[in-house]
Amino acid sequence: MTLRRFGAAAAVAVVALGLAACGDSGGGSGSGGGNFKIGIKFDQPGLGLKEGSDYKGLDVDVAKYIAKELGHKEGDIQWVQSPSAQRETLIETGQVNMVVATYSITDARKEKVSFAGPYFIAGQDLLVRADDNSITGPDSLTGKKLCSVKGSTSAQKVKDKYPGVQLQEFGTYSECVAALVSKGVDALTTDNTILAGYAAQPQYKGKLKVVGKTFSEERYGVGIKKGDKALCEKINTAIKKMVDDGSWQKAVDANLGPAGFKVDSAVNPPKQDACS
Amino acid sequence: MGDLSFAAVLSAFWLTIQLALFSAVGALVLGTIIAVMRVSPVRVLQMLGTWYVNTFRNTPLTLLMVFGILGATYTLGINLAPSSINDNNFRWAVVMLSVYHAAFVCEALRSGVNTVPAGQAEAARAMGLTFGQTMSQVILPQAFRGAIAPLGSTLIALIKNTTVAAVIGNQEAAGLMSETVENQGSSIGIFLIFALGFVILTLPLGLLFTSMSRRLVVKR
Repeated sequence: MTLRRFGAAAAVAVVALGLAACGDSGGGSGSGGGNFKIGIKFDQPGLGLKEGSDYKGLDVDVAKYIAKELGHKEGDIQWVQSPSAQRETLIETGQVNMVVATYSITDARKEKVSFAGPYFIAGQDLLVRADDNSITGPDSLTGKKLCSVKGSTSAQKVKDKYPGVQLQEFGTYSECVAALVSKGVDALTTDNTILAGYAAQPQYKGKLKVVGKTFSEERYGVGIKKGDKALCEKINTAIKKMVDDGSWQKAVDANLGPAGFKVDSAVNPPKQDACS
Repeated sequence: MGDLSFAAVLSAFWLTIQLALFSAVGALVLGTIIAVMRVSPVRVLQMLGTWYVNTFRNTPLTLLMVFGILGATYTLGINLAPSSINDNNFRWAVVMLSVYHAAFVCEALRSGVNTVPAGQAEAARAMGLTFGQTMSQVILPQAFRGAIAPLGSTLIALIKNTTVAAVIGNQEAAGLMSETVENQGSSIGIFLIFALGFVILTLPLGLLFTSMSRRLVVKR
């Protein structure tokens, strides 16, 4: 009897331990035991990419630097996955302290959150097959087939500005890349930083190239709770310091360099907006 | 771009309705053929029907949709509207929605066939009716009336599944919703607008099919 009771207690303990272990890994979103939560993309090569338990990319490096300047140790950081559609919600409900996830500063978004930065200025560009010289920019797209992600800002911009272009839309960029390689479409459009990441993927290396003529300005900012002016100013100071001490350039080279990405030095590194 | 206008919501839901209507017709026709194959006395047709149902019922709809564009259009060159990407997307969406839901229509109809007593088929055969005549004159009319409720459920599922067509770029309700969320951020309000749209489409249908199934059932 005692033995059986002991067995039951042991079983309960084992189950509890198992649950604790599960809770620790956070069900796939977030890691590290820290209390400073930063939202990043987990699936964007060169910007925010989760590799095993490691996080790599420009967004990650910028976020780490800002966190350090705000007085948080690296162990204090908890990374939270923030897909595009959820970024405002994550900030508004306080599930993250800040979002550094290819987050373009726009007026519509400013109604819900505040932005510090920008820390990088990207632009909408075109990705084409390496042997295709007929597309040199958005104006040579007439009669060509273009691909982008359904509902994305890039897709909407093309529809508004270049009505002569036929636009194929998919759920993700990977499908667009597949269509581009199989010659179903002639070009893929979105931020040049994201395109560079796809062009650098091993399976597509040498097959694709970024045209390098941007036709929009995407100002990546740090999303924070609306009206938190003090935090915004601290983050701006941190970004400025990062640029001044050379860490910014180092992070850009390390993350976007391997993709053969040329940073537009006319606008980068950017000057931060005033906080409001 | 930007604000969610009433006109944009209407035109998006109009495309949803068009997708649903065309696919419903396609699925009903195809599903009936498959169901007849499954109950036919020819072994090969039975196996073909069973294979169809098992294959398409168990393939994710998203996969079928993406295959329609990436696989069929761009790799195999089967373009349903060479002059317009949007028309090609729409037609493939209709084809795939039809093909997918035909499997469910087939099973619903087969359940309807099972409500018809076996004696009727035997009596029809004894009278000298062929298989085609037995099916079209005796079995199927009763089977449809017996299968109204499950067919209605399939139609409602089809209406909601039209949202999957957004993954190949159709500007229907789900496509407009993702665009709006991209511009304005997600909010309960946007979600509720689109949820309400689908409730308006599906709830009356559900009530209609329930009352029809009660009125049309073959009293035995």
